[in-house]
Amino acid sequence: MTPDKLYDILAKYAGSQGIRLNKDRSFVMDILQGLLTNEARYGYRSCPCRLAWGVKEKDADIICPCVYRDPDIKEYGSCFCGLYVSAEWNEGKIPLQLVPERRPKEKRMM
Amino acid sequence: MAPQKTKIKLYTLSTCSHCSRAKRFFKDCGIDVDFTDVDLLTGAERERIMDEVRKLNPDCSFPTICIDDVIIVGFNEDKLKKALDSHDTR
Repeated sequence: MTPDKLYDILAKYAGSQGIRLNKDRSFVMDILQGLLTNEARYGYRSCPCRLAWGVKEKDADIICPCVYRDPDIKEYGSCFCGLYVSAEWNEGKIPLQLVPERRPKEKRMM
Repeated sequence: MAPQKTKIKLYTLSTCSHCSRAKRFFKDCGIDVDFTDVDLLTGAERERIMDEVRKLNPDCSFPTICIDDVIIVGFNEDKLKKALDSHDTR
């Protein structure tokens, strides 16, 4: 799998979910490269913006798309990584802001 | 006494796009920074570095950026510029 191929797949998938990939393609390509790195490293596409345990059961909630994506998009217009966004966010109708970490502390690799 | 040069330290993940942006920001500013990609560490070394991160940012999220005693969590260009403006980065 290449980042370009993954981009095409996820762009279609995002559209099917009523959301979008971030319009900043180079930023997205960085994220996709991180996802593929984590897939090679752990065997699953763990969130590239979070430190993984490397144990699938413990990382289940942060395998992309993470379980926090939808509430983050609902509240901020963007997921934690900035990979998935709402159409409104891509159109600049939602102010840019850092998305705070929603993952409970007890689940994090700390 | 000459002013002491600002110490800048980044705790990052090698896979994280926000971390990449932070690294690029300092590079574009012509500022050499010390960064540690925590995901590339293992065992005791990772534990030691995570102890440092925890003290600076109890959320242990990335990037965690230290500009002397100023801690900035996440990539926030405005905050970084403000922090750099008030420190000597020559």
